[in-house]
Amino acid sequence: MTHFDEAGAAVQAALDAGARYADARVMVRRTEVMSARDGAVEDLSSDESAGLGVRALVGSSWGFFAVPELSESSARTAGRRATQIAAASAAVPGPPIELVGATAVTASWTSDCVIDPLGVPLSDKGDLLVRATAAATGAGADMAEANYAIWDTRKWFVSSEGHRIDQHIRECGAGVTAMAFGDGEIQRRSWPSHRGQFGTRGWELVEEIDLVGNAPRMAQEARALLTAPLCPSGETTLVLGGEQLALQIHESVGHAIELDRILGWEAAFAGTSWLDLSRLGSLRYGSELMNITIDPSFPGALGSFGFDDEGTPATKRYAVREGIWEGVLAGRDSAALAGLDYAGSVRSDGWARLPMVRMTNVGLEPGPHTLDEIIAATDDGVFMDINRSWSIDDRRLNFQFGCEVGYEIKNGRLGRMLRNPTYTGIGPKFWQSMDMLSNETVAWGTPNCGKGQPGQIGHTGHPAAPARFTDVRVGVRG
Amino acid sequence: MSAELPIAARMVELVRALAGPDAEAEVVVRHDTEALTRFATSMIHQNVAEATTGVRLRLHLDGRTTGASSTVTGPDGLRALVERTIAAARVSPPDAAWPGLIPPAALHLSSGGLGADGFDEATARATPEQRAALVRDFVRAADGLETAGYCRTVAVSAAFANTAGQAVEGRAVEAAFDGIARLDGADGVARLASPRLADLDGAALGARAAAKARAARQPVELPPGHYEVVLEPDAVSDLLDNLAMFGFNGRAFAQRQSFAEPGVPQFDPSVTIVDDPRGSGLPFDDEGTPRQQLVLVREGVTTAVTHDRLSAAQAGGVSTGHASPSSRSWGPMPAHLRMEPGPAVVTDGPDFVVSSARPLVAGVRRGLLVSDFWYTRVLDQKSLVVTGLTRNGVWLIEDGEITAPVGNVRFTQSYPQALGPGRVLGIGGESVLLPQAWGRARWAAPALRLSEWNITGNASG
Repeated sequence: MTHFDEAGAAVQAALDAGARYADARVMVRRTEVMSARDGAVEDLSSDESAGLGVRALVGSSWGFFAVPELSESSARTAGRRATQIAAASAAVPGPPIELVGATAVTASWTSDCVIDPLGVPLSDKGDLLVRATAAATGAGADMAEANYAIWDTRKWFVSSEGHRIDQHIRECGAGVTAMAFGDGEIQRRSWPSHRGQFGTRGWELVEEIDLVGNAPRMAQEARALLTAPLCPSGETTLVLGGEQLALQIHESVGHAIELDRILGWEAAFAGTSWLDLSRLGSLRYGSELMNITIDPSFPGALGSFGFDDEGTPATKRYAVREGIWEGVLAGRDSAALAGLDYAGSVRSDGWARLPMVRMTNVGLEPGPHTLDEIIAATDDGVFMDINRSWSIDDRRLNFQFGCEVGYEIKNGRLGRMLRNPTYTGIGPKFWQSMDMLSNETVAWGTPNCGKGQPGQIGHTGHPAAPARFTDVRVGVRG
Repeated sequence: MSAELPIAARMVELVRALAGPDAEAEVVVRHDTEALTRFATSMIHQNVAEATTGVRLRLHLDGRTTGASSTVTGPDGLRALVERTIAAARVSPPDAAWPGLIPPAALHLSSGGLGADGFDEATARATPEQRAALVRDFVRAADGLETAGYCRTVAVSAAFANTAGQAVEGRAVEAAFDGIARLDGADGVARLASPRLADLDGAALGARAAAKARAARQPVELPPGHYEVVLEPDAVSDLLDNLAMFGFNGRAFAQRQSFAEPGVPQFDPSVTIVDDPRGSGLPFDDEGTPRQQLVLVREGVTTAVTHDRLSAAQAGGVSTGHASPSSRSWGPMPAHLRMEPGPAVVTDGPDFVVSSARPLVAGVRRGLLVSDFWYTRVLDQKSLVVTGLTRNGVWLIEDGEITAPVGNVRFTQSYPQALGPGRVLGIGGESVLLPQAWGRARWAAPALRLSEWNITGNASG
């Protein structure tokens, strides 16, 4: 069963009502989320969401209307409403919006999936979380939590330029966290990452990360953190694990290269960017080791798709090459305004939301080293791993991150465990100090990227590996 | 009767028919109409609306619990939802913590019927043209400065029914405006929420945002350190947001992750905080528990945390009406906090300073005036140490006068400690109703004068 007819009816109704361009997405998504705590399932939710969203362009504004009814009649009504809403924007007009050219595509795309995650028995999935949390509490955690999430999305896209694309995207992931309660503080250790690891893959991803086998170590480390010395304060050499570096990329590169932010379209909420388009192609963002790609075709990463929500095929592109800024995340409208000739990074988090510029997979290409080599080459520094907190200013410059665990590095070896490690800095200064980069790349998934009004939750991927940075301020605390 | 209550009743009948008389079920049916007119670079660039109906079912069957929802609400869709939920429950792990259902209970607050307190039909029916007119007024009042923001109207009609006989319905409506004006790299903000769109004055908000932006140009950079501060209501709303999520959260409290200690004077005696859903909240929660005002802090003493039925059972208390679709996982949290204002005092001052903050500024020998906070994240949940940045305007105060704009700074600060005994030097005379930056919670926040705020960084890092 397809829903091209309803999407087409919405587009035609929008055009008939006066839109000069329109597109529509029918999306049907099944979501399953389970959480467990201390050896018992705590919550299980299985949700189905189906509906149609239509986008109409009139003058300088998009109008968007969404309905849950999947009938041609309601689709036509939605198309007309979208055009009417766009027309109302004429009270506060701007220059007409243009779109970069696109080739009409008729295509079908399905993400790779070995084990259908919704096909795995609920009892098996529940047992996994129960055993993982029990393993953590059995190893000394005061509290342990585990979770998994599954998203199974089918979408049908039609545009007034002739696109007809359907996609079936399956995503899932899981994680376990052990906590230890001390006098007035709580320490935590998570596996394999903060909130878990997620990808555009099947249940095989969850099987590979071995929650049960790693949970006891998380418990032991959380308890050890309670008595570990505080991370010292000062400037030092910082080595980051790949998971933390993934979030560093997300916050201080991924958001900064969103073209809608650069153009001021997100100024009031998500913010703007320190990047100036006049310096695209010449600005030094980081050291020569810094090669950042935008790659929605990266196999299995959480930001992967066949086509974005404007029908642009997934294409790899450099955002930063050898430290020089040379690419952005763009949509057809923002690219046209900026004088660029590519789009491909527009998505919505569901049928009821307007598609907007979003990260896909934004990550670091591998470096020449290994983590062991980086540690061995460091006389004095701190190693930090697994994100615990993150904060960055509205221009994506001034950041502060906290990690779950830190270790001293002395004379090329890891030393004492350190608790409450934090570091802070300014984006380009930090990236220019990267002097060693590992080749042990993992495509970390971030399933909770917030942006837009009304709010949308994006799924993004971030290939990353451990790296070293010099003269970084660490140990910031209240 | 709403359109939602018959759907909820039908769902209960389906559960009884398909799962048997011993099944326990809760059903929430919501119809949400949200419209948001968004502007940037002084033009409306995104203008959206949605009308959605969703059904959420929680089923406890043979000692096992599962939840499910759907936006497919026709007869076949409802039946499929019930069948799917029963099938999931039968293979779910046992749920020993199931707290049972609420028996029939009357609402404490108005159900939001026509003309009743808290529901403005005109706001519920607001058109894109009306929202655009408010945006136009904001942009014009900014007088040539670049502007960005949104005007939003939201109406909710909802019903709850369970197999124990509870059946309630209600409506809620809210309008909000949030905008900035920009000049030479400086931003100024003005925002306001109200149960009535007619209460929002785009021109007044635009003028204030523009005044702030003009006054924030050419900032100086200050070194990190401990500063006395006056926080305007927008900044104080961030304190309420984090206190709600991590402090008054009944699950966090039960799991010893909250600072809250009922009965202990943890705040300055001038601080009283109430969760008050009147105005723009539904009169019941997702478990059908009637909502009412709940005092969380009275004159500095923590008096309560918020519970759903599960966290209440674990804590040996009763639900306070704070169940939500995510409360089992993330905990029951207040969504309508109000910090009570201080005495109303009228003081002259610059037009870019919120009027109720001016008397507080006048008392500061040396400190900072902060408009807004941004990207605040918890470093330690138990002590609620938060790091974040200032945004949309900071100024240096010397001898009661504002002497210079200051560049944005990073702070690392325990929120309950900042509000602790002896640290609140003044509270503004008005609690301003403000929209939450991300979700649909709303906070009523006064301006605050605090003895100390820990600035840990500036534009240089």
